[in-house]
Amino acid sequence: MLGSYRAELLKLRKRSAVWVLFGAGLVLSLIFGYLLPYLGYATGDGNQQTDGIPRSEVLRGVLPERVMDNTIGGFPVFAGALALVLGAIVVGSEYTWGTLKTILTQRPGRTTLLGGQLLGLLTMLAVWVLGIFVACSLCSIGIAAAEGAPMDWPGPLTLLKGLAGGWFVLTLWCLAGAALAVAFRNVALPIGLGVVWILGIEALLAGVVSSLLPDLRFLSDAMPGANAGALVFSVTGMTAADAPPGVRDAVSGGRALSTMLVYSAVFVVLAMVTNRRRDVS
Amino acid sequence: MNATTAPLVEVSGLTKRYGDTLAVDGVDLTVLPGEVYGFLGPNGAGKTTTLRILTGLIAPTSGTVRVLGGAPGQAQVLARTGSMIESPAFYPYLSGLDNLRLLAEYAEVPRTRIHEVLALVDLAGRAKDRFSTYSLGMKQRLGVAAALLKDPELVILDEPTNGLDPAGMRDMRRLIRELGADGRTVLLSSHLLGEVQQICDRVGIISEGRMVAEHLVDDLRTEQELVIRATPRESARSILTEALGAAAVHQYDDTLRVKVAPDRAAEVNRLLVEAGIAVSELHSTERALEDVFFELTTTDNGPEKTNAG
Repeated sequence: MLGSYRAELLKLRKRSAVWVLFGAGLVLSLIFGYLLPYLGYATGDGNQQTDGIPRSEVLRGVLPERVMDNTIGGFPVFAGALALVLGAIVVGSEYTWGTLKTILTQRPGRTTLLGGQLLGLLTMLAVWVLGIFVACSLCSIGIAAAEGAPMDWPGPLTLLKGLAGGWFVLTLWCLAGAALAVAFRNVALPIGLGVVWILGIEALLAGVVSSLLPDLRFLSDAMPGANAGALVFSVTGMTAADAPPGVRDAVSGGRALSTMLVYSAVFVVLAMVTNRRRDVS
Repeated sequence: MNATTAPLVEVSGLTKRYGDTLAVDGVDLTVLPGEVYGFLGPNGAGKTTTLRILTGLIAPTSGTVRVLGGAPGQAQVLARTGSMIESPAFYPYLSGLDNLRLLAEYAEVPRTRIHEVLALVDLAGRAKDRFSTYSLGMKQRLGVAAALLKDPELVILDEPTNGLDPAGMRDMRRLIRELGADGRTVLLSSHLLGEVQQICDRVGIISEGRMVAEHLVDDLRTEQELVIRATPRESARSILTEALGAAAVHQYDDTLRVKVAPDRAAEVNRLLVEAGIAVSELHSTERALEDVFFELTTTDNGPEKTNAG
């Protein structure tokens, strides 16, 4: 397993698509977490973007005390979609390039190979989360210094919970992408289906349920995206009023965590079983 | 080759079915230690499907398969087997060197071995270039390098000279002969008769998913037969078939080939002449592998239909 894991890290490190996706996540986090709010703050109270929120509150949102909100606030939606794409391209391209056959005839068993791949992906996601956190921290430090605002940081436990929660949200979507890639032995179809699910179906379902079919709320609350949003909500200092799209207290943090664990386990088991049973052509 | 040693590959009654298509149909195959075994057949005869089963990539529908004493795909079997199945597949964004580095990680072999195999396939000079920039021949050589990475006892190569230019084919064949001379066992699939004749000790011929012959290449080549040009040909064929048996007589182009000892030529000639057949040519010849191949894989109406890769 260690050899497979090291090989995966080599592949991930040298693959430009991995860093392009990371760069996209980083840029989007900084734009929505810092650039747009800061522009709103700089242009005054009457700005439509701030929707009447006092400037001091807008500034507070981009200071170090809210760094975790800005680091993982976008994870349930856009960073999650990017993590799904990561899982799909890394696992799916083994089929499209035919490299699965090359590896499997070397030595590792199918379970070992997939296990190494998933561990490599989870390691890369940890690098993503830390990278975005560092960039967000630098932005908040810069803004605080420029505005002469206090540099109060969240406590270590809050930071740790936030980073772990954000990593787990990305992990969930990445595993979904990997499982879809194994199922379809492809890259494009899993990405298409997964992204439509994250960005379209879940939001649509939540909207229909809340407005037309409130009795089916249990269904929308059981969706992976709803639970990812609830987990982020629970590990940050957000309120319902200032939470970004996709982040809401649909369920409690504990329930969100256990639901996500179940989804993750299902994705891993499906991928492993399918991978073991199928012919490699 | 030591015929008394246990076979490295033992296949019995191997069948692989895809829906209604029978890709491999009851194949029996034995590869002995130290031999270079040619697995010969037309495109689509079932060669690659069989090799995929031997490497554990696909599961057989029925039959028994033992490779190096174990089941195909077992870690301890794969650790002693090097293979290149179908076209070589590597990561296009990595260099040849990095591709071998990560395969060395998967195979748990020391990195020093990478430079040895790169030198062996004459790819050391381009090792740091991306795989996507390689020519087909270079890709093929990298595939062979990957197959040799574990210094394996058994090397399985699926049409290794595909896409190579004449010089590349010559070098590849020399390399394979050297592998055999070093005591490695090589199982080589090909649809090129000359290649098998040059490289291999023994040959198995597969057609329509069925193994139709398994012989020492030298035995096939040294087998004598009579070449007869006679008119009318069909009458001559009937007479010879009746006298010598259907298995001894076959048609090749516009001649009849009769598998009998050369000293029976006069007897065969008399048979035909007494039946009023005009014999315009009769001589004995050593059969080429090509003759054997077409005899076994071709019907009088043309090549047999094939159904698998």
